[in-house]
Amino acid sequence: MQRTMNTPSARFDAREASKWFFRHGHTGWLGLRFTEQGDNWVELELPWREDLVGDSKSGVLASGPIISLMDMASGMAIWQAGGTFNPVATLDLRVDYQRPARERASVRGRVECYRRTRSAAFVRGIAHDGDPQDPVAHVAGVFMTIGADPRKDNPALQGDSADG
Amino acid sequence: MLELPAYARSLGITVCGEEAGMPLLTVEFGPTVEGRPQHFHGGATAGLLETAGYAALHAALKASGRDPQLKPINITVQYLAAGKSRPSFAIGRITRLGRRNANVAVEAWQDDRARPIATAVMNILMV
Repeated sequence: MQRTMNTPSARFDAREASKWFFRHGHTGWLGLRFTEQGDNWVELELPWREDLVGDSKSGVLASGPIISLMDMASGMAIWQAGGTFNPVATLDLRVDYQRPARERASVRGRVECYRRTRSAAFVRGIAHDGDPQDPVAHVAGVFMTIGADPRKDNPALQGDSADG
Repeated sequence: MLELPAYARSLGITVCGEEAGMPLLTVEFGPTVEGRPQHFHGGATAGLLETAGYAALHAALKASGRDPQLKPINITVQYLAAGKSRPSFAIGRITRLGRRNANVAVEAWQDDRARPIATAVMNILMV
Protein backbone atom coordinates (compact mmCIF):
# COMPACT_ATOMS: atom_id res chain seq x y z
CA MET A 1 0.00 0.00 0.00
CA GLN A 2 1.34 3.37 -0.96
CA ARG A 3 1.57 5.89 1.87
CA THR A 4 0.30 9.37 1.47
CA MET A 5 2.73 12.14 0.64
CA ASN A 6 2.83 13.64 4.13
CA THR A 7 3.70 10.34 5.84
CA PRO A 8 7.45 9.98 6.31
CA SER A 9 8.56 7.43 3.75
CA ALA A 10 9.80 4.37 5.60
CA ARG A 11 8.46 2.17 2.84
CA PHE A 12 10.98 0.04 0.99
CA ASP A 13 11.85 1.66 -2.30
CA ALA A 14 13.75 -0.47 -4.81
CA ARG A 15 15.21 2.55 -6.60
CA GLU A 16 16.65 3.98 -3.37
CA ALA A 17 17.77 0.59 -2.06
CA SER A 18 19.62 -0.12 -5.31
CA LYS A 19 21.96 2.78 -4.59
CA TRP A 20 23.59 0.90 -1.74
CA PHE A 21 22.77 -2.71 -2.66
CA PHE A 22 24.77 -2.54 -5.87
CA ARG A 23 27.76 -0.68 -4.49
CA HIS A 24 29.55 -3.77 -3.18
CA GLY A 25 29.57 -7.56 -3.03
CA HIS A 26 28.37 -9.95 -5.71
CA THR A 27 25.74 -7.63 -7.21
CA GLY A 28 28.25 -4.77 -7.27
CA TRP A 29 30.74 -6.99 -9.05
CA LEU A 30 28.06 -7.89 -11.60
CA GLY A 31 27.29 -4.18 -12.06
CA LEU A 32 23.53 -4.57 -11.57
CA ARG A 33 21.46 -1.43 -12.14
CA PHE A 34 17.95 -0.45 -11.17
CA THR A 35 15.62 0.22 -14.10
CA GLU A 36 11.93 0.13 -13.12
CA GLN A 37 9.52 -0.78 -10.35
CA GLY A 38 5.82 -1.24 -9.63
CA ASP A 39 3.73 -2.02 -6.55
CA ASN A 40 4.85 -5.64 -6.44
CA TRP A 41 7.57 -5.89 -9.09
CA VAL A 42 11.09 -4.74 -9.76
CA GLU A 43 13.18 -4.67 -12.91
CA LEU A 44 16.98 -4.66 -12.80
CA GLU A 45 19.57 -4.60 -15.56
CA LEU A 46 22.70 -6.71 -15.97
CA PRO A 47 24.98 -4.79 -18.37
CA TRP A 48 26.92 -6.86 -20.90
CA ARG A 49 30.56 -7.33 -20.02
CA GLU A 50 33.33 -9.35 -21.63
CA ASP A 51 34.23 -11.25 -18.46
CA LEU A 52 30.63 -12.36 -17.85
CA VAL A 53 30.46 -14.31 -21.09
CA GLY A 54 29.66 -18.02 -20.93
CA ASP A 55 30.82 -18.95 -24.42
CA SER A 56 33.66 -16.98 -25.93
CA LYS A 57 32.62 -17.93 -29.48
CA SER A 58 29.11 -16.48 -29.23
CA GLY A 59 29.79 -13.51 -26.90
CA VAL A 60 26.54 -14.24 -25.08
CA LEU A 61 26.22 -13.58 -21.32
CA ALA A 62 26.61 -16.73 -19.20
CA SER A 63 23.51 -18.03 -17.50
CA GLY A 64 25.06 -17.77 -14.01
CA PRO A 65 24.89 -13.96 -13.88
CA ILE A 66 21.30 -14.15 -15.16
CA ILE A 67 20.39 -16.34 -12.17
CA SER A 68 22.00 -13.75 -9.88
CA LEU A 69 20.04 -11.00 -11.61
CA MET A 70 16.76 -12.88 -11.18
CA ASP A 71 17.54 -13.84 -7.56
CA MET A 72 18.22 -10.21 -6.69
CA ALA A 73 15.17 -8.90 -8.57
CA SER A 74 13.09 -11.55 -6.75
CA GLY A 75 14.22 -10.44 -3.30
CA MET A 76 13.61 -6.81 -4.16
CA ALA A 77 10.15 -7.59 -5.59
CA ILE A 78 9.27 -9.25 -2.27
CA TRP A 79 10.39 -6.19 -0.30
CA GLN A 80 8.61 -3.95 -2.76
CA ALA A 81 5.36 -5.96 -2.37
CA GLY A 82 5.61 -6.02 1.42
CA GLY A 83 6.84 -2.48 1.77
CA THR A 84 9.57 -3.47 4.23
CA PHE A 85 13.11 -4.78 4.05
CA ASN A 86 12.92 -8.08 5.97
CA PRO A 87 15.66 -10.56 5.13
CA VAL A 88 14.51 -13.41 2.94
CA ALA A 89 16.18 -16.70 2.06
CA THR A 90 15.88 -18.29 -1.36
CA LEU A 91 14.44 -21.80 -1.01
CA ASP A 92 13.94 -22.74 -4.62
CA LEU A 93 14.65 -20.91 -7.84
CA ARG A 94 13.92 -22.25 -11.30
CA VAL A 95 15.04 -20.68 -14.56
CA ASP A 96 13.69 -21.86 -17.93
CA TYR A 97 15.88 -20.59 -20.74
CA GLN A 98 13.84 -19.69 -23.83
CA ARG A 99 16.67 -18.60 -26.12
CA PRO A 100 20.19 -17.15 -25.83
CA ALA A 101 20.47 -13.42 -25.23
CA ARG A 102 21.64 -11.47 -28.27
CA GLU A 103 25.37 -11.02 -28.75
CA ARG A 104 26.78 -8.30 -26.47
CA ALA A 105 23.26 -7.54 -25.19
CA SER A 106 22.48 -6.45 -21.64
CA VAL A 107 19.76 -8.46 -19.95
CA ARG A 108 16.94 -7.11 -17.82
CA GLY A 109 15.21 -9.14 -15.13
CA ARG A 110 11.63 -8.26 -14.23
CA VAL A 111 10.16 -10.16 -11.29
CA GLU A 112 6.83 -9.85 -9.48
CA CYS A 113 5.95 -11.13 -6.04
CA TYR A 114 2.45 -12.50 -6.69
CA ARG A 115 1.78 -14.03 -3.27
CA ARG A 116 3.06 -13.61 0.26
CA THR A 117 2.06 -15.74 3.22
CA ARG A 118 3.28 -15.43 6.81
CA SER A 119 6.39 -17.45 6.07
CA ALA A 120 6.79 -17.72 2.30
CA ALA A 121 6.85 -15.46 -0.72
CA PHE A 122 6.24 -16.62 -4.29
CA VAL A 123 7.76 -14.89 -7.29
CA ARG A 124 7.69 -15.21 -11.05
CA GLY A 125 9.31 -13.20 -13.77
CA ILE A 126 11.15 -12.94 -17.04
CA ALA A 127 14.57 -12.00 -18.29
CA HIS A 128 14.63 -10.10 -21.59
CA ASP A 129 17.12 -8.27 -23.79
CA GLY A 130 14.94 -5.41 -24.99
CA ASP A 131 11.51 -6.82 -25.73
CA PRO A 132 9.62 -8.14 -22.68
CA GLN A 133 7.29 -9.95 -25.12
CA ASP A 134 10.21 -12.09 -26.29
CA PRO A 135 11.90 -13.23 -23.07
CA VAL A 136 15.30 -14.84 -22.78
CA ALA A 137 14.12 -16.78 -19.72
CA HIS A 138 11.20 -17.36 -17.39
CA VAL A 139 11.76 -17.76 -13.67
CA ALA A 140 9.77 -19.02 -10.70
CA GLY A 141 10.90 -19.02 -7.12
CA VAL A 142 9.93 -19.49 -3.48
CA PHE A 143 11.56 -17.56 -0.66
CA MET A 144 11.29 -17.93 3.13
CA THR A 145 10.69 -14.81 5.10
CA ILE A 146 13.15 -14.86 7.98
CA GLY A 147 11.91 -13.89 11.40
CA ALA A 148 8.24 -14.10 10.50
CA ASP A 149 7.74 -17.51 12.04
CA PRO A 150 8.56 -17.80 15.76
CA ARG A 151 8.55 -21.59 15.77
CA LYS A 152 11.90 -23.19 16.53
CA ASP A 153 11.58 -25.70 13.71
CA ASN A 154 11.73 -22.96 11.14
CA PRO A 155 15.09 -23.69 9.46
CA ALA A 156 15.37 -20.05 8.48
CA LEU A 157 15.68 -19.15 12.17
CA GLN A 158 18.51 -21.49 13.00
CA GLY A 159 21.18 -19.04 12.09
CA ASP A 160 21.53 -20.21 8.54
CA SER A 161 19.72 -19.03 5.55
CA ALA A 162 20.72 -18.57 2.00
CA ASP A 163 21.03 -14.99 0.93
CA GLY A 164 18.17 -13.48 -0.99
CA MET B 1 42.82 -29.59 -18.44
CA LEU B 2 39.28 -28.30 -18.52
CA GLU B 3 38.96 -24.61 -19.35
CA LEU B 4 36.24 -22.78 -17.48
CA PRO B 5 34.20 -19.99 -19.13
CA ALA B 6 35.19 -16.33 -18.67
CA TYR B 7 32.35 -15.79 -16.21
CA ALA B 8 33.47 -18.67 -13.98
CA ARG B 9 37.12 -17.58 -14.00
CA SER B 10 36.14 -14.00 -13.28
CA LEU B 11 34.00 -15.09 -10.31
CA GLY B 12 37.03 -16.99 -8.94
CA ILE B 13 35.95 -20.58 -9.64
CA THR B 14 38.79 -23.06 -10.13
CA VAL B 15 39.10 -26.81 -10.70
CA CYS B 16 40.62 -28.35 -7.57
CA GLY B 17 40.32 -32.06 -8.21
CA GLU B 18 38.47 -34.90 -9.80
CA GLU B 19 36.24 -37.69 -8.56
CA ALA B 20 35.10 -40.60 -10.70
CA GLY B 21 36.10 -38.60 -13.77
CA MET B 22 34.03 -35.58 -12.76
CA PRO B 23 35.81 -32.26 -12.07
CA LEU B 24 35.61 -30.89 -8.52
CA LEU B 25 35.23 -27.10 -8.48
CA THR B 26 35.82 -24.58 -5.73
CA VAL B 27 35.47 -20.86 -5.06
CA GLU B 28 36.99 -18.92 -2.18
CA PHE B 29 34.79 -16.57 -0.20
CA GLY B 30 35.35 -12.92 -1.15
CA PRO B 31 33.70 -9.73 -2.37
CA THR B 32 32.73 -11.15 -5.78
CA VAL B 33 30.50 -13.81 -4.17
CA GLU B 34 29.28 -11.94 -1.09
CA GLY B 35 25.57 -11.25 -0.65
CA ARG B 36 24.50 -10.20 2.82
CA PRO B 37 27.59 -9.61 4.97
CA GLN B 38 29.81 -12.68 5.40
CA HIS B 39 27.53 -14.95 3.35
CA PHE B 40 27.49 -16.22 -0.21
CA HIS B 41 24.98 -14.57 -2.51
CA GLY B 42 22.45 -17.10 -3.75
CA GLY B 43 23.32 -16.13 -7.31
CA ALA B 44 27.02 -16.86 -6.77
CA THR B 45 26.17 -20.28 -5.32
CA ALA B 46 23.98 -20.95 -8.36
CA GLY B 47 26.86 -19.87 -10.62
CA LEU B 48 29.17 -22.39 -8.92
CA LEU B 49 26.56 -25.16 -9.25
CA GLU B 50 25.91 -24.40 -12.88
CA THR B 51 29.61 -24.25 -13.77
CA ALA B 52 30.14 -27.63 -12.05
CA GLY B 53 27.18 -29.06 -13.97
CA TYR B 54 28.63 -28.00 -17.32
CA ALA B 55 32.10 -29.18 -16.32
CA ALA B 56 30.68 -32.63 -15.48
CA LEU B 57 28.85 -32.81 -18.79
CA HIS B 58 31.97 -31.75 -20.74
CA ALA B 59 33.93 -34.50 -18.98
CA ALA B 60 31.28 -37.13 -19.76
CA LEU B 61 31.03 -36.07 -23.40
CA LYS B 62 34.79 -36.06 -23.80
CA ALA B 63 34.94 -39.58 -22.36
CA SER B 64 32.47 -40.74 -25.00
CA GLY B 65 34.22 -38.88 -27.83
CA ARG B 66 31.47 -36.35 -28.41
CA ASP B 67 31.75 -32.56 -28.78
CA PRO B 68 28.27 -31.11 -29.31
CA GLN B 69 27.24 -27.50 -28.76
CA LEU B 70 25.45 -27.15 -25.40
CA LYS B 71 22.34 -25.08 -24.83
CA PRO B 72 20.74 -24.63 -21.42
CA ILE B 73 17.11 -25.73 -21.12
CA ASN B 74 16.59 -25.09 -17.44
CA ILE B 75 18.06 -25.16 -13.96
CA THR B 76 16.33 -25.61 -10.61
CA VAL B 77 18.34 -24.63 -7.55
CA GLN B 78 17.44 -25.74 -4.02
CA TYR B 79 19.00 -23.70 -1.23
CA LEU B 80 19.54 -25.85 1.87
CA ALA B 81 21.74 -23.76 4.16
CA ALA B 82 23.53 -20.44 4.10
CA GLY B 83 26.89 -20.28 2.37
CA LYS B 84 29.24 -18.89 5.04
CA SER B 85 32.52 -16.99 4.65
CA ARG B 86 34.52 -20.10 3.75
CA PRO B 87 35.38 -21.85 0.48
CA SER B 88 32.57 -23.68 -1.31
CA PHE B 89 32.92 -26.82 -3.41
CA ALA B 90 30.70 -28.36 -6.08
CA ILE B 91 30.62 -31.44 -8.23
CA GLY B 92 28.16 -32.62 -10.86
CA ARG B 93 26.84 -36.09 -11.61
CA ILE B 94 25.31 -37.12 -14.93
CA THR B 95 21.93 -38.63 -14.17
CA ARG B 96 21.21 -39.31 -17.82
CA LEU B 97 23.24 -38.70 -20.94
CA GLY B 98 20.98 -39.03 -23.95
CA ARG B 99 21.51 -38.28 -27.59
CA ARG B 100 19.82 -34.87 -27.55
CA ASN B 101 19.65 -33.93 -23.91
CA ALA B 102 21.43 -34.48 -20.63
CA ASN B 103 20.13 -34.37 -17.08
CA VAL B 104 22.75 -33.32 -14.54
CA ALA B 105 22.53 -33.20 -10.73
CA VAL B 106 24.94 -30.95 -8.84
CA GLU B 107 25.77 -30.55 -5.15
CA ALA B 108 27.58 -27.74 -3.37
CA TRP B 109 28.97 -27.88 0.17
CA GLN B 110 31.45 -26.17 2.48
CA ASP B 111 33.24 -27.97 5.36
CA ASP B 112 30.97 -30.98 5.56
CA ARG B 113 30.24 -32.84 2.38
CA ALA B 114 27.31 -34.59 4.06
CA ARG B 115 25.61 -31.23 4.60
CA PRO B 116 25.17 -29.64 1.19
CA ILE B 117 24.39 -25.91 1.09
CA ALA B 118 22.61 -26.15 -2.26
CA THR B 119 21.74 -28.61 -5.00
CA ALA B 120 20.70 -28.14 -8.60
CA VAL B 121 19.16 -30.13 -11.40
CA MET B 122 19.94 -29.02 -14.95
CA ASN B 123 18.56 -30.06 -18.32
CA ILE B 124 20.94 -29.32 -21.17
CA LEU B 125 20.27 -29.63 -24.88
CA MET B 126 23.04 -30.96 -27.12
CA VAL B 127 23.04 -30.00 -30.78
